[in-house]
Amino acid sequence: MSRTEFMQGNTACAEGALAAGCRFFGGYPITPSTEIAETMARRLPKAGGTFISMEDELASIAAVIGAAWTGVRAMTATSGPGFSLMMENIGYAAMTETPCVIVNIQRGGPSTGQPTRAAQGDMLQCRFGSHGDYSTIALTPNSVQEMFDLTVKAFDLADRFRVPTFLMSDEIVGHMRERATIPDTVEITPPRALAEGSLPYEAGEDGIPGFAPFGSGRFVHVTGLTHDERGYPDTTDPEAHDKLVRRLVTKIESARRDIADYEVTNPDAKTVFVTYGPPSRTVEQVMRDRQDDSIGHLRLRVVWPFPEFALEEFPNARVFLMPELNMGQMVREVQRHVDQPVISLPKIGGELHTPAELVRALEAYR
Amino acid sequence: MRHEVRFSGYGGQGIILSAVILGRAAALYDNKYAVQTQVYGPEARGGASMGQVVIDDAPILYPEVADPDIYVIMSQQGFEKYGVRAGEDAVMLLDADLVRSRPVSRYYEIPATTEAKGNLGREIVANIVMIGALVTATGVVSREAIERAVLDSVPKGTENLNLKALKRGFELGERACKL
Amino acid sequence: MIAPDWFREDRLPHIYCTGCGNGTVINCTLAAVEEMDWKREETVFVSGIGCSSRAPGYILTDSLHTTHGRALAFATGVKMARPEFNVVVFTGDGDLAAIGGNHFIHACRRNVDMTVVCMNNHIYGMTGGQGSPTTPPGAISTTTPYGASEPAFDLAELAVAAGANYVARWTSYHVKELTKAVTTGMQTPGLAFIEVRTQCPTNYGRHNKLRTVPAMIEYIRSHAMLVEKYNRLTAEGKPIPEGTFTVGELVRRSRPAMGVRR
Repeated sequence: MSRTEFMQGNTACAEGALAAGCRFFGGYPITPSTEIAETMARRLPKAGGTFISMEDELASIAAVIGAAWTGVRAMTATSGPGFSLMMENIGYAAMTETPCVIVNIQRGGPSTGQPTRAAQGDMLQCRFGSHGDYSTIALTPNSVQEMFDLTVKAFDLADRFRVPTFLMSDEIVGHMRERATIPDTVEITPPRALAEGSLPYEAGEDGIPGFAPFGSGRFVHVTGLTHDERGYPDTTDPEAHDKLVRRLVTKIESARRDIADYEVTNPDAKTVFVTYGPPSRTVEQVMRDRQDDSIGHLRLRVVWPFPEFALEEFPNARVFLMPELNMGQMVREVQRHVDQPVISLPKIGGELHTPAELVRALEAYR
Repeated sequence: MRHEVRFSGYGGQGIILSAVILGRAAALYDNKYAVQTQVYGPEARGGASMGQVVIDDAPILYPEVADPDIYVIMSQQGFEKYGVRAGEDAVMLLDADLVRSRPVSRYYEIPATTEAKGNLGREIVANIVMIGALVTATGVVSREAIERAVLDSVPKGTENLNLKALKRGFELGERACKL
Repeated sequence: MIAPDWFREDRLPHIYCTGCGNGTVINCTLAAVEEMDWKREETVFVSGIGCSSRAPGYILTDSLHTTHGRALAFATGVKMARPEFNVVVFTGDGDLAAIGGNHFIHACRRNVDMTVVCMNNHIYGMTGGQGSPTTPPGAISTTTPYGASEPAFDLAELAVAAGANYVARWTSYHVKELTKAVTTGMQTPGLAFIEVRTQCPTNYGRHNKLRTVPAMIEYIRSHAMLVEKYNRLTAEGKPIPEGTFTVGELVRRSRPAMGVRR
């Protein structure tokens, strides 16, 4: 028996985490993400899990990574300023291939910016924010239901690819209330165990090593230093570094089709909106209001790794329009994959593009 | 049909809860779609608080409120900040004792706070009186749905008081329409 | 004294300089672990960045070598998620008291049930001898070429003030006392903090007229005063020599603790 409730996006995210088996949350209060921590604080102890309010976001992500190595599903949630503080340890999670979920309820930045207003200003930071080369996975919900569904999915992807996985939501979706259905159980895919005889960082053909959490008797050494397949530091050999870091990137990028999650509407269209997160809802509104088949829509639920092949689903496209709640971040990624013009429709300040604004853009660029 | 309902008053009146209750009534008990949003600010107590709800028979795509057709205003400051632009096509319910101004739109004066303080004995249920009046004056959700949503949302032990407040609101809404 | 099966022999040779005190501290800690009869598969060593923090890499258990300053936050996650694990943190003065100072006081406040061993060599050793928050006033380092001008932190007193259930300080000279202190710390529920004043002949002694390892150890030993004696002298109003620091058990108590094995 599932249950249907009228709930907030942030609550649905916490419900998704609990359903996915998350049993550790380390966090620090920050608007507009705090309801996630509050829900976890209330629910985790009753579910046999651990909630801990850490002293800052550096500590929050550190505790999450520590907990993840004991084999529990672990998560933190934050917003811009806290996300910036997490960056070094996010790189550590990528380097050590620690499965964990980081939720960012984006708000207006830079700096303290607009704590109670929505933005999508951290879309490049979640991909490139820590130093060095690595790849990550980022999901972008546009409804309360998707806050639940994509949180569940984020845990599976994190485990499957052994990579820090981001739920890149925003104040609009995090704070809105809608009807959402919470199933009693969800399917959970645990990480692949480290095979007998395999070294802790010996990857299979998919580039992903098996996981031997602490306590499994494999005595794994986990380090952020460049390491060999034993997990031992090897910090000066160019080949050792090349092999490791290339694998960290390739294990995600080579699985782009597998990870991809997007919706295509009107593939024959000449004018195509490309969206992620809540601007997709304005586009859907415009398309419903106008009943116009010449408008196409590519809606991304996974933004990183970027599914460039999804753009090929619109063979007749003459122009791509990208409404984003930032000054134009993902538009760069789209432009580098297509020859057609890609028009950025940036909006900052905290409000969603209105249907009228997108209609004006349609008329200007089609 | 899409309705956009905006509630405003001062922090502490239960303005946000009113919006949540209305959204819940539509989305869970009237088989409609609803999106509830609110302005987040430091107005936990005092100041102008605002919550809004979009209600539709079809799935709600664009989730924000652009031009409310229904207003529920429970303070003068709330009127000035969030109600003064109500257009001629809108309808406004206002707490007659707390709001001095009157809009250009059609409006109903509901003595919710007086009623709550007096007959009901608890000022805190003024918002529930307003919700009751809203339902009978506009029909935006059904009486049954709002009753269930109120019961879902209020603290245990206060159900009877809140139901009484809601029913009093139904009557005040009906009466206001007839005037 | 230490059973070889606690070492990752395939990691040798280690990175520590000749005469470094860190090996002594690792030995004493492992002697305490043996005394406790902990199982390797239930024991996790955690560290941050710096010479001290390389220690877990030489120990044959699950080990988490993390980012600079954050060891206690990672260890808090490990211990709170799995209280049945024995968690030991190796850290240094820069890692713990400079970049990780906030995590230090909060870990003590929470009183998370783990053992924290700080190798305080008064210097950033791994980066080549820069002044740290425990560099004594007047000491020469590459970033205090005219003598350190800042007051130094007393790490053990900081841990006492912040709420750790067990706090002791010894030196790399006092191996028996150190081993006993680490053991007692491991036995005490809550956070046990053991500060070890230790020598860095390469980057500290060389610049501070303590050119040989014995000279450095002797310097540290001769400035250590039992806390009981220190308290007596202070009570009697007698003078305490310049540069003296206390050694011994500074606190053992039973404040409420977190992450204690259920």
